[in-house]
Amino acid sequence: MSDGEIFDEMWGRDATLRSPYSEFNTWFEAEDPARLRQKQREADDLFRLTGITFNVYGQSAAEERLIPFDIIPRIISGREWQKLSKGIEQRVRAINAFLHDIYNRQEIIKAGRLPQEMISKNEAFQPKMIGVTPPGGIYTHIVGIDLVRTGDNEFYVLEDNARTPSGVSYMLENRETMLHMFPELFAKTNVRRVSDYPSNLRRSLAACAPSMCDGPPTVAVLTPGIYNSAYFEHSFLADQMGVELVEGHDLRVVDGRVAMRTTRGYQPIDVLYRRVDDDFLDPLNFNPESQLGIPGIMDVYRAGGITIANAPGTGIADDKAIYSYMPDIVEFYTGERPILENVPTWRCSDADSLQYVLDNLSELVVKEVHGSGGYGMLIGPTASKKEIADFRKKLMAKPTNYIAQPTLSLSTVPIFTKKGLAPRHVDLRPFVLCSPDGINITPGGLTRVALKKGSLVVNSSQGGGTKDTWVLED
Amino acid sequence: MLGKTANGLFWMYRSLERAENTSRLIETGQRIALTRTGDADDEWRSIMQTAGVEFSYNLSHDEVAKDQVIDWMLRSKDNPSSVLSTIAAARQNARMVRTALTMEVWEAVNACYMATKEDLARKVSERDLPAVLKNIRQRTALVRGTTHGTMLRNDLYDFARIGTFLERADNTARILDVKYYVLLPSVFAVGGTVDNVQWELILRAVSARGGYRTVYGSTINSRDIAQFLILDKRMPRSLNFCVSKLRDNLGYLAQDYGSKLPSLDIADRLAQRFSIHDVDEIFDFGLHEYIQSVLSSLGELSGQIEEDYRFYV
Repeated sequence: MSDGEIFDEMWGRDATLRSPYSEFNTWFEAEDPARLRQKQREADDLFRLTGITFNVYGQSAAEERLIPFDIIPRIISGREWQKLSKGIEQRVRAINAFLHDIYNRQEIIKAGRLPQEMISKNEAFQPKMIGVTPPGGIYTHIVGIDLVRTGDNEFYVLEDNARTPSGVSYMLENRETMLHMFPELFAKTNVRRVSDYPSNLRRSLAACAPSMCDGPPTVAVLTPGIYNSAYFEHSFLADQMGVELVEGHDLRVVDGRVAMRTTRGYQPIDVLYRRVDDDFLDPLNFNPESQLGIPGIMDVYRAGGITIANAPGTGIADDKAIYSYMPDIVEFYTGERPILENVPTWRCSDADSLQYVLDNLSELVVKEVHGSGGYGMLIGPTASKKEIADFRKKLMAKPTNYIAQPTLSLSTVPIFTKKGLAPRHVDLRPFVLCSPDGINITPGGLTRVALKKGSLVVNSSQGGGTKDTWVLED
Repeated sequence: MLGKTANGLFWMYRSLERAENTSRLIETGQRIALTRTGDADDEWRSIMQTAGVEFSYNLSHDEVAKDQVIDWMLRSKDNPSSVLSTIAAARQNARMVRTALTMEVWEAVNACYMATKEDLARKVSERDLPAVLKNIRQRTALVRGTTHGTMLRNDLYDFARIGTFLERADNTARILDVKYYVLLPSVFAVGGTVDNVQWELILRAVSARGGYRTVYGSTINSRDIAQFLILDKRMPRSLNFCVSKLRDNLGYLAQDYGSKLPSLDIADRLAQRFSIHDVDEIFDFGLHEYIQSVLSSLGELSGQIEEDYRFYV
C-alpha cells in the first residue's frame, strides 16, 4: 500500500498499520465495500442537498460545483496534535506581534532582522494602517496555517493565511456528513469535537468589540454576494453564529458608525467579519471602483467605531516573500525557537538564490509571491520541458515575484476508490481564532487531498477534494 | 432583520406560489383541451393572460400552439414567470436569505429546485405532463409545510406569508379579470356547455372544485363562483381570505415593531371592500371594474410594503 519513499499516515513507510488508524481499520475491514460505495454516493447527495457548493470563477454565474468528499477520515493522534497546536499557537502569536510592530515602531527592521524593502516595496503593506492599533491589539482574528507532513515527526508550515482563510465550513460539514453516515464508527472511536467552532468564532469576534460599542456587541459577516465562490461558507458561518449576513449595499456610515439597513431602519454594527478583500473594502480609502465595500468604513475603523476582522493590511504577514523570514519573526517576538518548521525557501529577488533556482528548476516548486489557489506555480518534477522553459522566461522577467522551494514528498492518506483504498497526497489547514481572551485552535482542520494519483496539487479549484479530519482523544 | 432579507423572503415565497399557480394553470388548460371539441387556442390564450405571459409569448412565437404554450409556461428560460424560472428565482432568493431559513426549509427549496430542474431539462411529453405538474406542486407544498412546521413566528415568517398571499390574491384576481365576462349574467346560453367548460376552468385554476361542491353542491352557476372566489372566508384562495391574511401579517409586523405603517392602511382599506355581504353588490358595481380596482390596490400594496420595510433603500 505504500512504496517506501512516501510516508503514508495509515501505513507508514513499511506497510505497518499506524496506531491512530487501528480502530478505524478494524471497522473498515469488516465493512462491505458495496455498502461503502453506496455511502460515498450518499455523501455527494447530502452535500448537494445542503447546498455545499462553490462557484467556479470564469464559469457561468449559475455554475455550482461540489468539492469532492472522500469518506476515509484522516486521523491524527492526540499526542501529535498537542505538538502541532503548540507550534501553531506560537506562530499565530508571533504573526500578531509582527503585524503590530510593522504598523507601529518597526523594531524588527531596526534590529536588522528583516530588510526594510520587504515592507516598503510590498504590495500587501497597507499604509492606511500605520499607527492604527485594532481593539485588543488583534490584527488577524481568524488564521489558517497550512501544514504538510513528510514523516512520522516531520511537519512543515507551507503557508500562513492571515487575510481571510476559507474552508472552515467544509471542516464542519465533513464532520456532520460523517456523523450522519457512520454513527457507529464515532460510537467506537473517541474523536474530538469540531462543532463548537461557530460559537467560539462568535465569542472570539465579540471579545474584540470596539471602544464605541455599548451593550452586547452586534456581529455581522460581510460577503461580496451570492456569486462569490465562497458564498456558501459566508452564509453558513453567519447562520451558525446567528448573525446577519450583509453585503456592501446593506451598509452605510451613519453618525460615525457603520450601520446596516434593517426593516426598522439603520442599526450599528460593532464587529464586521469581512470576507471581502482589503482592496474592495472602502471605495473612499482603497479601490474607488469597488461596489462591494462601504464608503468611509476605514475612517470609522480608525476612530474606534467598528472592528474589522481580519484587520486591513494583515496580508503583509502571509505574503510568500515574508514567509521565508518566519523563523526569524517567530524567534524575534516570542524569544523561543520555532516549534514548527518552515519549508526551506529561496527568494528569487536574491541573485545567488535566483541562479540556484534557475539551475534546478526541474526539481523545485516555484510560486508567485502573491499567488494563491495553486495558480501561477511550477512543480518542476511533474512539469514538461516546455512548461519549464516558459516558466523560466517569466521568472527571469520578474524574479522578485517568485520564491522557490524543494519539492516535498507530502504524506499520503488512503482514499476510497472502486478498487479499494489508494494513497493520495494531503495537506492540512487548521483554523485558529485570536482574541484578547486567548487563542483557540479547533482540533484538526480541513484536510485537502489531491484525488489524482501522484498529484501534489490539493486545491479544490484544481481537482482537489476534502476529508474529515479526526484528532483522537488519547 | 435586514431589509434585503425581508425582500428575499417576500420574493422567495412569492415565486414559489407563482410556480404552483402556473403549474395549476397549465394543468387546467391541458384538461380542457383534452375534454372539449373544437379549437382550444382561445383557452390557451386566456390561460397565458391569467399567468401574465401572453405578451412575451407573442413576441417570440407566431401562433398559439399547445406544445409551445406549455413549453413557454413550464420551462422557458426567456419567460421569467415560467415554472422553471420562478423556482430558480425562489432558490436564488433562498440562497440570499439562507441565514433566515431553517435547515429543513432550505433543504426543501433546494431539493425542489434540483428535482424540478431535472424534470424540466428536456421538453416534457404529453404523457409525462400530469406527473411532472403534480410533482412540482408536491415539492412547493413541502417547502410550505416545512415553513409552517419549523420557522419561528416572527417578522421573517410574516414576510414569507405576505409574499405568498400577495401572489395568491393576484393570481385569483387575474383569472377573474380574464374570465369576468363568462360570469356575467347573460341572455345567451346560460348554463350551456360553453359556460360549464368556462366555469370549470375557473374553479380548476384555483383548485376550488372540491370546495365549491362542498359549499354549493353540484350545480355550478356564475354568481356562486364569484361569491366563492371573491368573498368566501373559508376558501384559501379567495380574495377575501388572502387579503385578510395579508392584513393579519402586516398587523403582526406593526405590533412587533411598534409602529403602524402606510402599507397596513392599504391592506385595511382593501379588506373593507370584502366586508360587503353578497356578490350582487359587486355585479351592480361592475365585476370587471371591481376586479380591476382590486388588482391595482394589490400592486399599490406591494410597492408600499417594499418602501415601508426598506427592501431596497
